Amino acid sequence: MVKKKNSKLGIWKICTASAFLIAAISSNAKAGVESLNIEQVKQGLDTVWVLLGAFLVFFMQAGFGMVESGFIRAKNTCNILTKNFLDFCMASLGFFLIGYGLMFGDGNGFAGFKGWCLYGLEETVNGLPLFAFWLFQAAFCGAAATIVAGGMAERMRFNAYLVYSFIISAFIYPIVGHWVWGGGWLSNMGFADFAGSTVVHTVGGCAALIGTSILKPREGKYAIDGKPNVLAGHNIPLASLGVFILWFGWFGFNAGSTLGVSDGMSIARIAINTNLAAALGGIAAMATVWKRFGKPDLSMAMNGALAGLVAITAPCAYVEPWAALVIGIVAGYAVVRGVEILDKLQIDDPVGAFPVHGICGIWGTLCVGIFGKQTLGLANNGFIYGGNPMQLGIQIVGSVSTVAFVVLSMSIVFKLIDVTIGLRINREEELRGLDIGEHGMEAYGGFQIFNTI
Amino acid sequence: MKLVIAYIQPYKLQDVKKALYKAEVHKMSVTNALGCGEQQGYEESYRGIKFEVNLLKKVRLEIAVNEDFVDKTIEAIIEGAKTGQIGDGKIFVLDLNECIRIRTGEKGKKAIG
Repeated sequence: MVKKKNSKLGIWKICTASAFLIAAISSNAKAGVESLNIEQVKQGLDTVWVLLGAFLVFFMQAGFGMVESGFIRAKNTCNILTKNFLDFCMASLGFFLIGYGLMFGDGNGFAGFKGWCLYGLEETVNGLPLFAFWLFQAAFCGAAATIVAGGMAERMRFNAYLVYSFIISAFIYPIVGHWVWGGGWLSNMGFADFAGSTVVHTVGGCAALIGTSILKPREGKYAIDGKPNVLAGHNIPLASLGVFILWFGWFGFNAGSTLGVSDGMSIARIAINTNLAAALGGIAAMATVWKRFGKPDLSMAMNGALAGLVAITAPCAYVEPWAALVIGIVAGYAVVRGVEILDKLQIDDPVGAFPVHGICGIWGTLCVGIFGKQTLGLANNGFIYGGNPMQLGIQIVGSVSTVAFVVLSMSIVFKLIDVTIGLRINREEELRGLDIGEHGMEAYGGFQIFNTI
Repeated sequence: MKLVIAYIQPYKLQDVKKALYKAEVHKMSVTNALGCGEQQGYEESYRGIKFEVNLLKKVRLEIAVNEDFVDKTIEAIIEGAKTGQIGDGKIFVLDLNECIRIRTGEKGKKAIG
């Protein structure tokens, strides 16, 4: 009896306590709403927007992983995915320790020199919490690093890749980023790269070109007479899922780069431009490959959509939708011809990293100077609006200096890694596949993979 | 007529194909095979647990040839597949009783060449 009474008492106590708690919470919440001013609401909204962008850009890492593994042979799948996975981890570390300070810290026109480990910085930057801004920028840094994995796929040593990915995300990417976004010399000139055709894609694409040239082609890629052989990708459905993930993530990449919602006009323009350029890139690449080789090759059409996305990244906020169509068409055509030219030069880029990110990154950067409009926030009108070549000239300077810096610095980095650790796997391990040699595991346990090449 | 059957390392198939091509042997059938011989297998690890893989992946080549091509074929296979390590594989040579080309109904040496 006594026991039962006690338990009843207990329930009554809990009820009272929770009633108090609910009352307390609701009154607190009311007080909170009343004390928030419009500035705080704006900051909150912008923070949510930028974090959403950061999460979407982070998800692009999965897209890169799927595209790269789909476009290479089954025996190297674990290896490329390990690289893709670990380079985001390395980028997070490198960009936290050193990269952010170099990119956004106070310094001179070449680099920043403050904010190592985010120490000693203000709590807000551009009206956003520093931590939200950092995460958004770190996700971009990871994207630049992972582009290279595809270009150097199927033959690069794993430990060399770890070292490379730390260096690019702690030093190379942040320095270019400082020039363009961190108050460096290019931004002082009026150079415009809205979301990173130069900062992310030209950097990643050129680094991939240098890496793949130093590595030499994959075993069996070119016959003795120089004719390219087909080392076909092993999983086109995976690659196509990857392209869709990238396209999806790109909405965060471009529209998130507004760093705020404002009245919504700009992010809406960016989203439609992003979509149109991707679509037309896909169509143009498909048409080009159909005309030149007789079949609408899916892998090229997908490369074309990515090319359109890369190209629209710099001008997405400054151009009209019709211009996005033109930008996409040229990018889609350029990527197909770029792949052909690389094969002629016997530069083996298994997933087309340089044609997509390098060539179209440069093209997109120039597009700001061609199609950009002053009324949309650009320093000068683009070339087609009144024929003023000023902005185009600035864009060319920015693109050329970025290419020169990356080619020079990455040549040194890759050469140093080659001499110390060794860049390339030995021939036998390459033929057997990097999955077994480097990681001791297979991507498709229980499946029989037929190695014909 | 002889039937040459060879079990080789899968990753050496490319080299063997090149060597056969040089020896002007252009006809072959290739299948996946599993097998074990003197090579003891290798260790894989999955999520930290090591395990022994002892039925190893091999590739089986079948090439039907006329007598004057037997030695050339064998030499080419050895040239392409030999590393000097255990596990390079084996070659078997069998007598072949008959060979018929389905398209024309040709028999014997003609059908092989």
